[in-house]
Amino acid sequence: MSAETQAESFENSHVLDPAATADSQETINKEIGDIHAAYRQGVEAGGSEETQPRIDFAPYRSSLLRHPTKDLHHVDPETIELWSPAFGHRDVHALESDLTIQHNGEPIGERIIVQGKVLDGDGRPVRGQLVEIWQANAAGRYVHKRDQHPAPIDPNFTGVGRCITGDDGSYKFTTIKPAPYPWKNHHNAWRPAHIHFSLFGTDFTQRMITQMYFPGDPLFSLDPIYQSITDQKARDRLVATYDHSITSHEWNTGYNWDIVLTGSNRTWMEDEDAE
Amino acid sequence: MTEATTKLVATPGQTIGPFYGYALPFEKGHELVHRAHPGSIRLHGVVTDGHGEPIPDSMLEIWQADEHGKISRQDGSLVRDDHTFTGWGRVAVDNVGHYTFTTVNPGPTEEGKAPFILLTVFARGLLNRLFTRIYLPEDAEALANDPLLSSLPEERRRTLIAEREANGDLRFDIRLQGDNETVFLSYPGA
Repeated sequence: MSAETQAESFENSHVLDPAATADSQETINKEIGDIHAAYRQGVEAGGSEETQPRIDFAPYRSSLLRHPTKDLHHVDPETIELWSPAFGHRDVHALESDLTIQHNGEPIGERIIVQGKVLDGDGRPVRGQLVEIWQANAAGRYVHKRDQHPAPIDPNFTGVGRCITGDDGSYKFTTIKPAPYPWKNHHNAWRPAHIHFSLFGTDFTQRMITQMYFPGDPLFSLDPIYQSITDQKARDRLVATYDHSITSHEWNTGYNWDIVLTGSNRTWMEDEDAE
Repeated sequence: MTEATTKLVATPGQTIGPFYGYALPFEKGHELVHRAHPGSIRLHGVVTDGHGEPIPDSMLEIWQADEHGKISRQDGSLVRDDHTFTGWGRVAVDNVGHYTFTTVNPGPTEEGKAPFILLTVFARGLLNRLFTRIYLPEDAEALANDPLLSSLPEERRRTLIAEREANGDLRFDIRLQGDNETVFLSYPGA
């Protein structure tokens, strides 16, 4: 293989995923259904409820070779793990939270506000921390050179936003409702509409990346990424709530979504709590 | 002091997916220090899958103390000024799964502790992020006394200790699955 074809095959690997299959949606549904049924049986037999996705979840074909097969090794966090990097308004401009004003014109699509709070496992607001989002446009297309879905790019929409949480842990983005898009996991595979979120806590052990979904999406039951979370209550935690009080007259519709990070392991001092 | 009792259930993670490249990486993200900084080193390696093939769409973050073991509280990671050490960096691997950070050797955060760099791995196909530690190879006594390392069998322990190259660089490969699979970590409350 020449260097050129080698490079090309890597480029294409993102589109023509080697893990992509010709399996039918029915095959994927059956696999998901079997895993979920076994999980529910386990819970009924006294097993603990799961709150996070399985990292070994075969219906999501790309996960097959990309998950550790050995158990995560439990460790007590030390020093550096009990702190997170600091971000502030030096890092992020206030206007970066509005994804609809990054170009000369109005982007196409349904203008929405997504807002909520970032909390830690004890319900404490995560203050002054970085929240990053990215998403497809109203046609289901990402501004990414490897996204080859033949839907239009919107010259007025990039789909990247950032903000710093307020003192109450709050964040707020103005954006466009993303559309579902097809992918290569199996034949006729479509992702539910979603916004990617990247989050930091007070401890680096709380670092997470996730996806926010919209209520009532008909693609939920068909999507192996969403269904990699075997517990319905846990899956529901990724779905925003439509909130008419965030909707504004003749301008935007509104969604609320609160995010809870894992528990902080730091010994909190009185002055930090009161900060 | 407040007792840490978890009252809320954590929101689930999800994969970073394939299309973060225009959103998350940023200019100088991999340069915790400028290359001309005295004592700067390259930390590099390859991310591979269960067949030993490179993963070309993985993103890594490191978080570490400075050379004196001090944990930075400085902001400005996203707008690097080449002088402020923020302790945090982010890099997308290249087409052959290789990554490079420019950083310094972290000092021990407490007397006698084995210095390490905290590493977080994200990738398409990886449904939730993974944490691990990159230990510096030099302080044999501190490594021998480290609670995490001493709880692991030798062949697993080895996966967490970086290799020092002749020019002072650190090499740390990340194997998500298979032979010599890297030890990944979970923490209380997760």
